[in-house]
Amino acid sequence: MSSIIHGAGAATALSTFNPVDSKKLVSPSRTNLSVRSQRYIVAGSDASKKKKSFGSGLRVGHSQKLIANAAVATKEADTSASTGHELLLFEALQEGLEEEMDRDANVCVMGEDVGHYGGSYKVTKGLADKFGDLRVLDTPICENAFTGMGIGAAMTGLRPVIEGMNMGFLLLAFNQISNNCGMLHYTSGGQFTIPVVIRGPGGVGRQLGAEHSQRLESYFQSIPGIQMVACSTPYNAKGLMKAAIRSENPVILFEHVLLYNLKEKIPDEEYICNLEEAEMVRPGEHITILTYSRMRYHVMQAAKTLVNKGYDPEVIDIRSLKPFDLHTIGNSVKKTHRVLIVEECMRTGGIGASLTAAINENFHDYLDAPVVCLSSQDVPTPYAGTLEEWTVVQPAQIVTAVEQLCQ
Amino acid sequence: MTLRLRSSSWKSNLLKILRHNHGFGSASHAARHLRQKPPHEPTLRVSQNPISRFCNTMSEKLSSIGEHEDANTQVHANITSSPVMDFPGGKVAFTPEIQFISESSKERVPCYRVLDDNGQLITNSQFVQVSEEVAVKIYSNMVTLQIMDNIFYEAQRQGRLSFYATAIGEEAINIASAAALSPEDVIFPQYREPGVLLWRGFTLQEFANQCFGNKSDYGKGRQMPVHYGSNKLNYFTVSATIATQIPNAVGAAYSLKMDRKDACAVTYFGDGGTSEGDFHAAMNFAAVMEAPVLFICRNNGWAISTPTSDQFRSDGIVVKGRAYGIRSIRVDGNDALAMYSAVHSAREMAIKEHRPILIEALTYRVGHHSTSDDSTRYRSADEIEWWNKARNPLSRFRTWIESNGWWSDEEESDLRSRVKKEMLEALRVAEKTEKPNLKDMFSDVYDVPPSNLREQERLVRQTIKSHPQDYPSDVPL
Repeated sequence: MSSIIHGAGAATALSTFNPVDSKKLVSPSRTNLSVRSQRYIVAGSDASKKKKSFGSGLRVGHSQKLIANAAVATKEADTSASTGHELLLFEALQEGLEEEMDRDANVCVMGEDVGHYGGSYKVTKGLADKFGDLRVLDTPICENAFTGMGIGAAMTGLRPVIEGMNMGFLLLAFNQISNNCGMLHYTSGGQFTIPVVIRGPGGVGRQLGAEHSQRLESYFQSIPGIQMVACSTPYNAKGLMKAAIRSENPVILFEHVLLYNLKEKIPDEEYICNLEEAEMVRPGEHITILTYSRMRYHVMQAAKTLVNKGYDPEVIDIRSLKPFDLHTIGNSVKKTHRVLIVEECMRTGGIGASLTAAINENFHDYLDAPVVCLSSQDVPTPYAGTLEEWTVVQPAQIVTAVEQLCQ
Repeated sequence: MTLRLRSSSWKSNLLKILRHNHGFGSASHAARHLRQKPPHEPTLRVSQNPISRFCNTMSEKLSSIGEHEDANTQVHANITSSPVMDFPGGKVAFTPEIQFISESSKERVPCYRVLDDNGQLITNSQFVQVSEEVAVKIYSNMVTLQIMDNIFYEAQRQGRLSFYATAIGEEAINIASAAALSPEDVIFPQYREPGVLLWRGFTLQEFANQCFGNKSDYGKGRQMPVHYGSNKLNYFTVSATIATQIPNAVGAAYSLKMDRKDACAVTYFGDGGTSEGDFHAAMNFAAVMEAPVLFICRNNGWAISTPTSDQFRSDGIVVKGRAYGIRSIRVDGNDALAMYSAVHSAREMAIKEHRPILIEALTYRVGHHSTSDDSTRYRSADEIEWWNKARNPLSRFRTWIESNGWWSDEEESDLRSRVKKEMLEALRVAEKTEKPNLKDMFSDVYDVPPSNLREQERLVRQTIKSHPQDYPSDVPL
């Protein structure tokens, strides 16, 4: 890959990525090599289009605001710095929740310490004062019971938002989530709907220990009848919270312990995000990197390094963990022919495992290389900080993986 | 109020200690304190009159000293002037004697019953009066339930149905409790309460449709037989898992309370279900949330093959109510009149006072657990026969309504033959009715089928097309 130029501006880098060099990116083991490069040539001939995509890649740091976000339901063009207000992710969640509670009197919150205490991560701060003790309900400690309660309340017309203090604790609620939440709409023949939102922080934090560092999305993904989404920015946190509350299906909203203090400017006007859509974080040409939640930031950090090394990664935050947005993902795979999945789940039975299977099944013909999945190891998360750091996929590993894939 | 003191020396010692610790000035204070049960007696005492127990109030807050059995003896042991232990949760009196609350009372909690074994009204019994119309309706529904159960059971034995579970022996619990509720009360059943649906107007045809899983089934053929559900009759779809409906009921009660509805949530479960964690947590929640929910436990003595002696070691389920701060009552579940009265009164309390109520209905599971069980393997056929004949809830109630001149042999045989005919017809029709369409395998998983399910449906249809001989012929595509 000697022709790849390190660093420098758009113009010089652009010249190296001419159709001839693209062949080097193609895996030699592929039989229909010429066909692949043909495709690339066709895409590449539209120089202006390429320039735009590459140029925008340089503004990696501001990708959240400036990339035309297909997933946004309402206006996206008006993202000038003057409008909008800045807030932290947990405040965005709270804002979304409060707006929905104002809008619909049936929305209520239940969980441990969500009331006057404001929630362990302050997502429900101030809500009990505003809406009262009944609508923001402090429950005794039994996750299965208050999840069951939420389901019963949903069947009688309320729209509960059930908070698990930590996603890991919701393992205790698995029975209610799987058997009742996921199934009752179906087994009742559609007579009863269960519009609950189950949310809470999960993921590996900073030395929280094994029990408080769980990635429950792997365990829940098989349950039929539920939807799963993972937020990663204040913008999509608020949007997904609102969409989840309005959905008639039970939705599990995964938040991440370490992302609560992310700051971003979000629009003043009301908006919601589509529950089933993935978010294009950084368009690119060489490789599709699929990720979600906190790993998005590790990927974007790696992307900076990759861009300096002359790569052009396309980064997609899949956001919808069940079902996968195979439309966005598919289009990307058809463009880049290489996929790297970066996740925080454990290797066995994680979201990455399912996603790998889905991509292989659906887009096998478009792949020039096997799908690579970077995940955490199949170990309980250690408490020791140094060990913990290495259970989570780091930017350096992402860079190496991309380099290997793109050989 | 009985006072059980061992000896006078004990009593005088106690007085001395009390005076010293509580700073009681006079013997009368101490004596008043003594009128409470002595510290080493079990706190659960049994008062003679079941109705006074029934009226027992839990209105004293935790901060008051001690437990009171009767409303008469209000012991205020001078907490304002003497030192008491003040912990989170309230003030408690202290005792220098080491004493453990006994694991059981000397006597079991008495059982509220109004009709004796022969269907005669017990003298001085208190019950809620029922009109002739309601009483006849209760009895007719009990008969219908019995016939329905028997016919469905036989149908399964003949191979026409895949599975069934009867409620034989528990008809009084089913129907009388339903009769005492209003149609707006939301029901969260376990699976042995089809009588509640029957009372509310679910037809024999509708029952049969669900059992056969045909296209007229409201559940669209997705659930096992007896897993009925009807949102228009406020009867939530049975979920096979044990006790998971109990927290659901508390949530529904909370929702009704929020909406200020004149209704409560009612949940049924068996003796086995009370071992599940969900039962305990839900009871606790209901008490804390002050939710208007009725917990009706059908203690029928068996959880498949597990007798209650292997299920718990407490005095049944009624005593567990107090542990959670819930008012409770034990009722003879085979006495329709007592069941009706108990549920009626409980419902009023639940809604007016925003409190949960626990009702333990003692009964016997005459039938097998289900068609997959042969209970003669773990209990004697004689025992089953005895309960079916001598302690039958139907015959007891029938005697009572006949004694009021509200029923006759002729009406009995008319009813039975009519219901039997209707049942057999319902079975015949349900069996012939088409099964639900293949698309119902994929609908209602979500509000709108997502792309992966649409794809999976497409694949199934493709497979069927290429291998039609391997596919059942009676399912429409």
